[in-house]
Amino acid sequence: MLRDPGASGFVVELEKFSGPLDLLLHLIKEDEVDITDLPIAKIADQFLSVIAELGLNQAADYLEMAARLLRIKAQMLLPRRLGDDEWEDPRAELVRRLLEYQQIRELVDWLGHAANARAERFGRGYEAPPPDAPPAPLQIDLNDLLAAAERVIALIPEPMLHRVVPRPLDVEGATARIQALLAERETFGWRDAVGPEATLVDVLSTFIALLELAKRSSLTLSQPEPFGPMVITRAISREAA
Amino acid sequence: MQSLAKLLEAALFAASRPLTLEELASLDPGAGEGGVRAALAELRAAYSDEHGVELVEIAEGWQFLTRREYAETIERAQFALRPRRLSPAALETLAIIAYRQPVGRLEVDEIRGVDSGAVMDKLVERGLIEVVTRGEGLGRPLLYGTTPPFLEILGLKDLEDLPRLEELSVALRRPTPVDEPE
Repeated sequence: MLRDPGASGFVVELEKFSGPLDLLLHLIKEDEVDITDLPIAKIADQFLSVIAELGLNQAADYLEMAARLLRIKAQMLLPRRLGDDEWEDPRAELVRRLLEYQQIRELVDWLGHAANARAERFGRGYEAPPPDAPPAPLQIDLNDLLAAAERVIALIPEPMLHRVVPRPLDVEGATARIQALLAERETFGWRDAVGPEATLVDVLSTFIALLELAKRSSLTLSQPEPFGPMVITRAISREAA
Repeated sequence: MQSLAKLLEAALFAASRPLTLEELASLDPGAGEGGVRAALAELRAAYSDEHGVELVEIAEGWQFLTRREYAETIERAQFALRPRRLSPAALETLAIIAYRQPVGRLEVDEIRGVDSGAVMDKLVERGLIEVVTRGEGLGRPLLYGTTPPFLEILGLKDLEDLPRLEELSVALRRPTPVDEPE
């Protein structure tokens, strides 16, 4: 019954339809039959002939409809008693769905026109902010580079360096110098002992030497007045005595 | 033009989407809703004839749009492009959701007679529908409704702008039972 397009009078491309209801409506319109009094056998045959070419991915929805049509067709053929008020038209549910779907199609036309009309009017354009651009290539002159280098260097923390030096104090040298002075003079001042242009190291060395010699009683230290210059006096040497 | 109308003009120019009455009123706390309405009317009148753009009430708000007669020229010059057309399947699904909202996927499948999952996912992605609540039934299904962008792409003021079902040529009614088998 099915595969002859000539029998149904037209060739249908299924891609044009958004579903089995759409296809059914198309068939009904082609045949110009009353939707509320569907010639179900004819429509079912046409439906089956169209979906015979169906691709598998779309098949399920169409096949379900095909099964439904065949069931209704069978129910219509069942004999029923005259005057049976309980009889319900097996097509009723399908017709209700078709009418509902037809209404939706009408709305689709309306929405399509509305969308097309809206599309002819442009609003102010909006462009999304661009994604973060990659950094621009470096463009600097020598001064910029030097300034940048200085800034970087300034950020380097001061290194904690300890200069380890050999003990610089020359106590022995100072001792020898003082002994030489003691040999020459009985008394002399601090400045004489330290010598001219003394460094910090010379001062310390001389001071330690004086204390050491005082301890050995080679000399006596005195300070005649507060904050006054120190006076160094040769002690009476025991060895000499 | 009064200063409020100029302020609204500036705001509507700066925005790339329709601005609601509430948003426009927030620009000048002293104006009040009535004042903003009056200023919008003045602005609309000012743009009614002498300009290539007009002030349009759309998607529960207001927006400046170009006049339709310039659409083709502007598009040919590629200064602006029409939005992508919606497929028949997408329009069917939108129609069902617009009239039945909030509505679940099963009901949409039932009315269309085909599985509509993929179409609905795409509509959600485009922001035209969204999940508005969950149903009471088994599994508490997600129920969908339309969004302001839906109104925007159709150029509707609000859902009341959709045709009333009674106005359609196909009235949804129960068919009268027919006695004669074929």
